Amino acid sequence: MTELPRLPVSGGCRDEPILKQRGQREVFCGLTGIIWLHRKMQDAFFLVIGSRTCAHLLQSAAGVMIFAEPRFGTAILEETDLAGLADAQAELDKVVDQLLARRTDIKQLFLVGSCPSEVIKLDLSRAAERMTERYAPSVRVLNFSGSGIETTFTQGEDACLASMVPVLPKTDTRQLMLVGALPDVVEEQAVSLLSEMGISPIKVLPAPRSDIDLGVGDNTVFALTQPFLGDTHAALERRGARHLPAPFPFGEEGTTAWLRAIADEFEVDAETFERVTAAPRARARKAIAQASEALNGKSIFFFPDSQLEIPLARFLTRECGMTAIEVGAPFIHKSIVGPDLDMLAQGPTLSEGQDVDLQLDRCRAARPDLTVCGLGLANPLEADGLATKWAIELVFTPVHFFEQAGDLAGLFSRPVRRADLLKLEAAE
Amino acid sequence: MKLTVWTYEGPPHVGAMRVATGMKGLHYVLHAPQGDTYADLLFTMIERRDHRPPVTYTTFQARDLGSDTANLFKTSLLDAYERFKPEALIVGASCTAELIQDDPGGMAETMDIPVPVIPLELPSYQRKENFGADETFFQIVRALAKPMERTAQISCNLIGPTALGFRHRDDITELTSLLSDMGISVNVVAPMTSSPTDIKRMGAAHFNVLMYPETAETAARWMERELGQPFTKIVPIGVGATRDFVKEVAEITGVKPYLDDSRLRLPWYSKSVDSTYLTGKRVFLFGDGTHVATAARIARDEMGFEVVGMGCYNREMARPLRALAKEYGVEALISDDYLEVERVIEALQPEMILGTQMERHIGKRLGIPCAVISAPVHVQDFPARYSPQMGIEGANVIFDTWVHPLVMGLEEHLLHMFRDDFEFNDAAGPSHHGGHAAKPAADQTPAPETNTPVDAAIWLEAAEKELKKIPFFVRGKARRNTETYASLKGVSEISVDTLYEAKAHYAR
Repeated sequence: MTELPRLPVSGGCRDEPILKQRGQREVFCGLTGIIWLHRKMQDAFFLVIGSRTCAHLLQSAAGVMIFAEPRFGTAILEETDLAGLADAQAELDKVVDQLLARRTDIKQLFLVGSCPSEVIKLDLSRAAERMTERYAPSVRVLNFSGSGIETTFTQGEDACLASMVPVLPKTDTRQLMLVGALPDVVEEQAVSLLSEMGISPIKVLPAPRSDIDLGVGDNTVFALTQPFLGDTHAALERRGARHLPAPFPFGEEGTTAWLRAIADEFEVDAETFERVTAAPRARARKAIAQASEALNGKSIFFFPDSQLEIPLARFLTRECGMTAIEVGAPFIHKSIVGPDLDMLAQGPTLSEGQDVDLQLDRCRAARPDLTVCGLGLANPLEADGLATKWAIELVFTPVHFFEQAGDLAGLFSRPVRRADLLKLEAAE
Repeated sequence: MKLTVWTYEGPPHVGAMRVATGMKGLHYVLHAPQGDTYADLLFTMIERRDHRPPVTYTTFQARDLGSDTANLFKTSLLDAYERFKPEALIVGASCTAELIQDDPGGMAETMDIPVPVIPLELPSYQRKENFGADETFFQIVRALAKPMERTAQISCNLIGPTALGFRHRDDITELTSLLSDMGISVNVVAPMTSSPTDIKRMGAAHFNVLMYPETAETAARWMERELGQPFTKIVPIGVGATRDFVKEVAEITGVKPYLDDSRLRLPWYSKSVDSTYLTGKRVFLFGDGTHVATAARIARDEMGFEVVGMGCYNREMARPLRALAKEYGVEALISDDYLEVERVIEALQPEMILGTQMERHIGKRLGIPCAVISAPVHVQDFPARYSPQMGIEGANVIFDTWVHPLVMGLEEHLLHMFRDDFEFNDAAGPSHHGGHAAKPAADQTPAPETNTPVDAAIWLEAAEKELKKIPFFVRGKARRNTETYASLKGVSEISVDTLYEAKAHYAR
């Protein structure tokens, strides 16, 4: 079956003015990326060099949910470390020795910078170099910053992946690289769709293990699976790789457009494309139609969180029949989310960064049917009678590509359906 | 530098947030980078509060460093005052802001805010969450409470409960009613439920009930000295402790001791024949000092358990807990190192852990049941039902909570009797576990530990078969005991005899 693609809206939102307000932000810092990255990269350990707050944050963000010993930890800075920096480097060596002796299965060690280690200017790249020499070839040591003064939430993944790019071996093979940490089930679906079109070889960054053959070079083209990978994008281009701009693979339309950008690059003919995508596209449309019944005609308001907001607003407005009131993102990289902006109808306020109190005022005044926000705001907004969707689930749950398109719509419709379902007035 | 995987306590400014969030009409301006706002979700998600914590973060970023973080603080303070119009403000810095040395307290002083502004000095790199809560409450009380005429009726303040506290909400209700039965009214509950105006009239009470020494002892001592209010030293968790607490209150106030124990069930439940199986169960206790100390008494004297170890993560309680442990013939473990706690539990092989959410993880890994007795808290520690730890109802709640993770008495006997029944096999699992078998979690493959015994004995087939006849919920222990016994005796092959020799060796 062939369905007409939805036509681009005249102009789209790419050139719309963006509201920027400076004030208190209500976002996680980049350290939280570790929570999903440490499950994704099976031989990696993430060592945050930070304070008790960092350790507490990771634990709270992980929700005391991890049953196995986590492959992340914090080297907590103490008074003595703050006194002299030479000491801190030696202390760090000690902690790493201790760690690697305990966890002999670790092949990649990330030293992760935090707010305090940034402020005292602890040189982690020097430490990483020194340790790489010391532990080579069994362990590779890299560093990146997940600090809250530099990064928000998903930027931690960006910083991590970007730190891996410069040490990738050079390859001249013509290849496709998919960039972004996805749940395994979703990643396999993407690779299988593209393989069926005859595209090969397909590589994935981050690879599940460091011993997987992954190189980069002038003949590499890459597609981002997540919109928050700006630094990784730049790092890959510096290595000669070329980006395939496309809308992000959320919903039927986004997934099709994303696949098509890759198919065009690899000169996949229209018939093959149709053969591979027709069935899953039809399934996705059907699933979305079912799951989005409750969303049709409803309004939505995005607080900035994961940088997924613009592609999601595009999906929800075009495929689920919602109206966007405000689409807030922590950062808007037009070179990356441009194709999504082009497809997003004009109307919503686009905002970048945040003054949370002012944004809450706008949200309460608009009384959207659904508000997408971080965990800190969700219950207070529910108490005001506003249905909310925790943004964090969009990062942890499989939501990409055709087979998950219905689930993605379902994530948003559940709170709306729930609000309709409950008859608590009499009980209150 | 200290390597940490899990922590028992957050940083001290989270302690200050627990005080501020419990209160009304108080606002906290925290000089902190944007990432520190994660702390909000502790209150809105874990505790399911319907309001954001009353905290404004200055949210400085890298580009602000070295230029105008101080101005950012001042603007945030003014904005917060204008927007929230609090009765009083507290100001402080988080760990990163402490490094940039902007001195929030000093800056606030120069700004003519028309309500009291209380500066907090919370050294992030030396101290932790409980200290932060204790110090913040103390500073608020010191700044606002004044000596005044006592209330006509004998009254007390309940001090110590905070936001995110382990069952603090329900303990307040239980104690209020217990004291009311004695004819004593509650003047102020603080910090939780109080406003700065309430703090100002704390001096009207005749004495203070120190509910949680962790979070209010410094304030209690100050009020004893400056406001002439004695405070209670006994924490009424457990039957014996509640009775002693009533006596202590009677001594302080001169009123007749009275305790309505018509709803008290723990003593009879403990004596009832079904509880026979609790006899001498070996328990390990870990948590904050106060809850562990009270739990030890309940475990030994009111449940008939054997306390095989105890410890706390807050150093402030090290001294009393060490002394107490000595009375119980064990050595106290004072540590905030999760891995060390795990090692001790592994070595002691208790039959139950009474611990925190962290020990629940350890218990899961080692296959030891665990009941939670103390913070750090988790969303399940805020049940919808009334579930105090203190007083009469608290004792009842504790009996249920502790017995629950153990297989019930009669059910245990039945499992023995019918262990060959096709529905009673290992895979079926006990009925109270929801009908699905305890499957080996894929996630639970820990790293190969370096301390694997090199001289591990080999199980002979007959012994392995005999081992399978032992009910699954004690089989793990039987296996470990036998192996330990074998290595003790230098036996390299485990036969059926070794199995039973070990059983006899460890029999109690």
